[in-house]
Amino acid sequence: MRRFLFPLVAFLILIGFFAAGLRLNPREVPSPLIGKPAPAFRLTQLHNPGASISPEDMKGKVWLLNVWASWCVSCRQEHPVLLQYSQTLPIVGLDYKDERAAGIAWLKDLGDPYLMSAFDSDGRVGIDYGVYGVPETFVIDKQGVVRYKHIGPLTPTALEKNILPLVKELDGA
Amino acid sequence: MVRKLFIVCIAALTWAMPTLAGEAPTVAEDPALEARVTKLSEELRCLVCQNQSLADSHAELAQDLKNQVREMLKQGMTEQQVVAFLVQRYGDFVLYRPPVKSTTWLLWLGPFLLLIGGLALFIFKLKRRRPIQPLTPGEHAVAEALLGGKEKSR
Repeated sequence: MRRFLFPLVAFLILIGFFAAGLRLNPREVPSPLIGKPAPAFRLTQLHNPGASISPEDMKGKVWLLNVWASWCVSCRQEHPVLLQYSQTLPIVGLDYKDERAAGIAWLKDLGDPYLMSAFDSDGRVGIDYGVYGVPETFVIDKQGVVRYKHIGPLTPTALEKNILPLVKELDGA
Repeated sequence: MVRKLFIVCIAALTWAMPTLAGEAPTVAEDPALEARVTKLSEELRCLVCQNQSLADSHAELAQDLKNQVREMLKQGMTEQQVVAFLVQRYGDFVLYRPPVKSTTWLLWLGPFLLLIGGLALFIFKLKRRRPIQPLTPGEHAVAEALLGGKEKSR
């Protein structure tokens, strides 16, 4: 009987590792930006190439930076959620590696949940924010520090469970 | 008929070749720089297709990052500075060789711990094995009879 004890224990440890591994989402790479100042940028506005936009403009507010693109399928899935919460949350859009006309048409067709939209045609700002799969959403506090990053389409559950409580907490601070 | 079709297909392919070639990523004018870019991008993980390096990946982000690496090297940044730039944005995950630090010591030392554990177990088992006893004269006679009998039966 005792001779089976060691393999059994080893097997159970292995199962433990597998069980933990299966629960992790390998696509969710933790962002090193959390707790650091949001990378500065100055981009043109999507609707107005003459005007610019920068995270500085949002200083003093808790806001969301939502990275999207008209070619992004999951963004279409996320869009109704953004529209639903656009009244309660200040969301700034970052149109990532897109055509200006396509981006504008997309917002016209589906509705515009954004306070402002920045246009990042070559994806440079995306690289600064460590974007690797749109849509991605950052929560940025009053001091301009990145507090949270959500990878993939926002869902009502993710918003209610993680983002809204955090925004409320940061707003009180 | 089949042959004709085959020839048409090949012809169509050769015609399509130049268009494909037109989409190839930027070919550097400087082969030395390109070699450095390739060498460095083999050490960096593509975040879109996570089991490929930036050098192998054809994901658009990988192309962008390779261009970024090329540009930074061209500006005279060292390999370490480029890596630091990417780690700052994407985290240690971009490195195929994770740095040795408190959170990764198990990753680095784990295999050696397993090896030492295995060796220790092996030696322990060997030590505990009962030594082989020489045969008693009685046993010897039995063995001989058995072997002898076997030989006869052949």
